[in-house]
Amino acid sequence: MTEPVVPEQRQELHVIDVRTGSFHVQGSGDTSGFAGLTRQVAMPGATSRPFGGWFDQAADVLFERLQTAGIDGVEHVVIDREEMTLFVRREHLLEVARILRDDEYLRFEMCLGVSGVHYPGDTDRELHVIANLLSLTHNRRVRLEVTCPDSDRHVPSLVSLWPSADWHERETWDFFGIIFDGHPALTRIMMPDDWAGHPQRKDYPLNGIDVEFKGATNAAPHTRRSYS
Amino acid sequence: MSTGYETTEGRVHTVTGGDWDSVRGAAEGAKERVVVNMGPQHPSTHGVLRMILELEGETVMEARGAIGYLHTGIEKTMEYRSWTQGVTLVTRMDYLTQFFNETAYCMSVEKLLGISDDVPERAKVIRVMMMELCRIQSHLVALGTGGMELGALTAMTNGFRDRELILDIFEGITGLRMNNAYIRPGGVANDIPEGFEKTIADNLTQLKKNLHDNANMLIDNPIWTARNVGTGYLDLTACVALGVTGPLLRATGLPWDLRRMQPYLDYETYEFDVITENTCDNYGRFLIRIREMDESVKIVEQCLDRLRPGAVMVADKRIAWPAQLQVGADGQGNSFEHIRKIMGTSMESLIHHFKLVTEGFTVPTGQAYVPLESPKGEIGAHVVSDGGTRPYRVHFREPSFNNLQAIPALCEGGMVADVIASVASIDPVMGGVDR
Repeated sequence: MTEPVVPEQRQELHVIDVRTGSFHVQGSGDTSGFAGLTRQVAMPGATSRPFGGWFDQAADVLFERLQTAGIDGVEHVVIDREEMTLFVRREHLLEVARILRDDEYLRFEMCLGVSGVHYPGDTDRELHVIANLLSLTHNRRVRLEVTCPDSDRHVPSLVSLWPSADWHERETWDFFGIIFDGHPALTRIMMPDDWAGHPQRKDYPLNGIDVEFKGATNAAPHTRRSYS
Repeated sequence: MSTGYETTEGRVHTVTGGDWDSVRGAAEGAKERVVVNMGPQHPSTHGVLRMILELEGETVMEARGAIGYLHTGIEKTMEYRSWTQGVTLVTRMDYLTQFFNETAYCMSVEKLLGISDDVPERAKVIRVMMMELCRIQSHLVALGTGGMELGALTAMTNGFRDRELILDIFEGITGLRMNNAYIRPGGVANDIPEGFEKTIADNLTQLKKNLHDNANMLIDNPIWTARNVGTGYLDLTACVALGVTGPLLRATGLPWDLRRMQPYLDYETYEFDVITENTCDNYGRFLIRIREMDESVKIVEQCLDRLRPGAVMVADKRIAWPAQLQVGADGQGNSFEHIRKIMGTSMESLIHHFKLVTEGFTVPTGQAYVPLESPKGEIGAHVVSDGGTRPYRVHFREPSFNNLQAIPALCEGGMVADVIASVASIDPVMGGVDR
């Protein structure tokens, strides 16, 4: 038997940022040429079929149910490192989530948590909301990912389907400023009530201070050279 | 003597100690409901947890938890440190389950690096051993502090006495009793000291005897059963709706333990039982913790049998920490041979050491979520990489954070005294809840 030359499954790349230069150093009069470096930061994007394992069966059931209901709810599916991520259109989040929870072949009864990631370079999809679901019946996990632009930071709340999302969504609001529509009491949970800003956003500075030793100063972490 | 002042919501009293008589006098004839603010500085709330209780007499009508008093921004700080330095931060989240935090984070990073299968056998066994010892000491603190909060001071002194046996093992292996930062991406920081297996086995023998003392003292204790049996009821439906895992979920009779259901680190090859109870109450959770400690002892004994000589860090020199730690003249440091090599004989090794320690390794882009069964429930590390030398985003799914949402379900309709027993049965650690 010969190995297929082209892998069956195709993985697109989704560019989330383009970075130039090195070490985040600007205006140093660098003549080495490193300042002209350009690097694309690309996350694993849409995966083509077959997904492998139980992923195909679950996706079939979900897409069939969505088609019957006439909903174009799932933008694309990412299979990466043996984990399944469903990128759900935010206007259809609740319908998709309800099918995932209630369908007997899916049965994701538990929502283990909601959190966010901020990609300032991902135009019109700057804020991502991530929910981890667990099926006790089938012993499976799936991740929901919903995006929203920074200019319209609204995502439907999952509390009506999974009460466990309550505090997690409050935390995500607190840290990223994402408003979960339909949440019963969306207030800050970690930061003080009168805090300004949302600390986990990438445009929120770490605000460290230099540490002075005898004869030397240790620069604050956010001012140090970065290799990312 | 209590003081008071008027607000738009009614009169607010500041009460300390035995001032209740004067407050009761003031509240009489007014509204029946009294709102009591409990915490965040209160000896029975397991740290800086704050609860707002609405009481009618001694019955809790409404209970709400408030958190955030120990928020330290660990997840944000990690975005400005290298992947390896992240371990030092996650170990400080839930400081009683430090090895679970470290392992969840490191396994996520390894998954992103694609080296999950390259972690040496010995490192895996050491990780399992440290986690199971950690589970015992976490349960001992849960029972100890929980006992103290219900007035059983001997449970506390016994619990902390037995915990010392485990902390001694941690100190002997990692150099530290808590905040160990011992598990690293790719393996563990350093090997077990030579001949230390005997110390572990000796301490286990002593521990097994003590655990039974403690269990025998509490299991049929009439005061203990009176406070715990039938209080803090949370059934399976409520657990699933509220995302509650760990001993609370297993107290409903569902044998959901990730070590069995979704095995990691070869847990499927270890012999142990998943402990369940079907009482759904505080006493059931207490029994589960007692019996889980016995199961963990069994697993540690199997680990000791499995320890074969070998590496404790992946072979890939682009990832593996360049030096092993060793006890030097100053107590602890890098191994003398390594220092001699990089300082005396090999410029390239020096450069390599310097680059790996200051800059760190890069991790391919993507995201990974690794869940483990911690003593408190499912702990999950969601790690995102942008291909750099620092985490792009780390989020911990903390079992205590999630389980505290069950406070209203556990407490409302019960007596105010049962609030203490119920919160103790969740076993929250605020360092983990607030991160």
